[in-house]
Amino acid sequence: MTAQEQAIAGDADVVRVRQLVRTVAVAARLSLVDQTKLVTAASELARNTLIHGGGGSASVEQVTSAVKPGVRVVFRDKGPGIADIALALTDGYTSGSGMGLGLGGAKRLVDQFDIVSDPAEGTTITVVKWAR
Amino acid sequence: MAAEIFGNVVERCRAEEESLLGRWREIVAESLRGRMTGAELDKELRDLLDALLSALATGGGTDLNAEPYAEVRALLVELSRNRAHQGFSPRETAVGVYALKRAIRDTVGAEAGFAALSDVIDELGLLTFEIYTKAREEVITNQAEQLLELATPVVKLWHGVVALPLVGTLDSARAQVVMEKLLQTLVDTGSEHAIIDITGVSAVDTQVAQHLLKTIVAARLMGADCIISGIRPQIAQTIVALGIEFGDIATKATLADALMLAISRSGVDFGTEMAKRGL
Repeated sequence: MTAQEQAIAGDADVVRVRQLVRTVAVAARLSLVDQTKLVTAASELARNTLIHGGGGSASVEQVTSAVKPGVRVVFRDKGPGIADIALALTDGYTSGSGMGLGLGGAKRLVDQFDIVSDPAEGTTITVVKWAR
Repeated sequence: MAAEIFGNVVERCRAEEESLLGRWREIVAESLRGRMTGAELDKELRDLLDALLSALATGGGTDLNAEPYAEVRALLVELSRNRAHQGFSPRETAVGVYALKRAIRDTVGAEAGFAALSDVIDELGLLTFEIYTKAREEVITNQAEQLLELATPVVKLWHGVVALPLVGTLDSARAQVVMEKLLQTLVDTGSEHAIIDITGVSAVDTQVAQHLLKTIVAARLMGADCIISGIRPQIAQTIVALGIEFGDIATKATLADALMLAISRSGVDFGTEMAKRGL
């Protein structure tokens, strides 16, 4: 499976990421609940990429573990990075005007969640949702 | 002298103006296949040719931004905009300009000066294309705005109960329209209950939730009570995982349940009301 890229440069791109993730999730036979969870997580992370990272890209790919299919989405930006990841993951903490639930919420919505952040290189967030 | 590169092609075009125009109109009409009246087309092309030849004669050179071309540019802007709004394809629009080359070759001939004139026409064609694209973008932006309005109807369900069925995505721009429409309808109808139905919203993320909550708080300030309906199982699970709390806002699975709740809250005994209406 080749990864599909979607640039994130504006609000409309957040919608495109959502649609792309949904298409791949359907193809990977994720249940309706899992599809919705992954799409919502992708929506949160894509918006973070846009607002905090100043834009970037999302790469969506179907993956397979031993027996289960899944979907991996990688968000990359070249923004200022996240100074304190633990704090950013805390519910209710926001550096913008949102609810402060996006990052922590996205983590709870997926099966694997990985953040690499560096002020010099920006932030890369990788999430995976497995079919059950 | 800039005019020299055109040789005497301009004079020859003037001399053959009628037959040149006839040939041009013929080629353009063929590509438009009767979607414009002959008279309309004739006037457009006649004005354009006249303006172009005048510009060339007064030493317009090859720079389309030069002063002598002002009228040509104005005419092209009008032509391209009209074509874009009438739904002609970019090809059909550009062909109108490029066909002039063929017309000149067929009637006046491709002798000295034709190459330079051809360059000018190429530039005119590109300009047409640019204007056409801009006009189309305007059309699309307008449609998006209209859609924004269209997609947010507020309907009256019962005396004192209005519903707002949301469909698609709720971004900041739409959320603003939705809130304004709901608040205005509450005032206009004097309703005390509003039901926001999110059956058609594909994903409820924190931004959507935040917009919903703000709308509900605003409606409450105006004395109206809000109910959220249409929460499907997968959305409910997602909202829980995200950690969004709707607090004391009533939520229902279906619009029907929400309507029942709103009606009973407004003090109507549902059984009696149904019986009275013979249901």
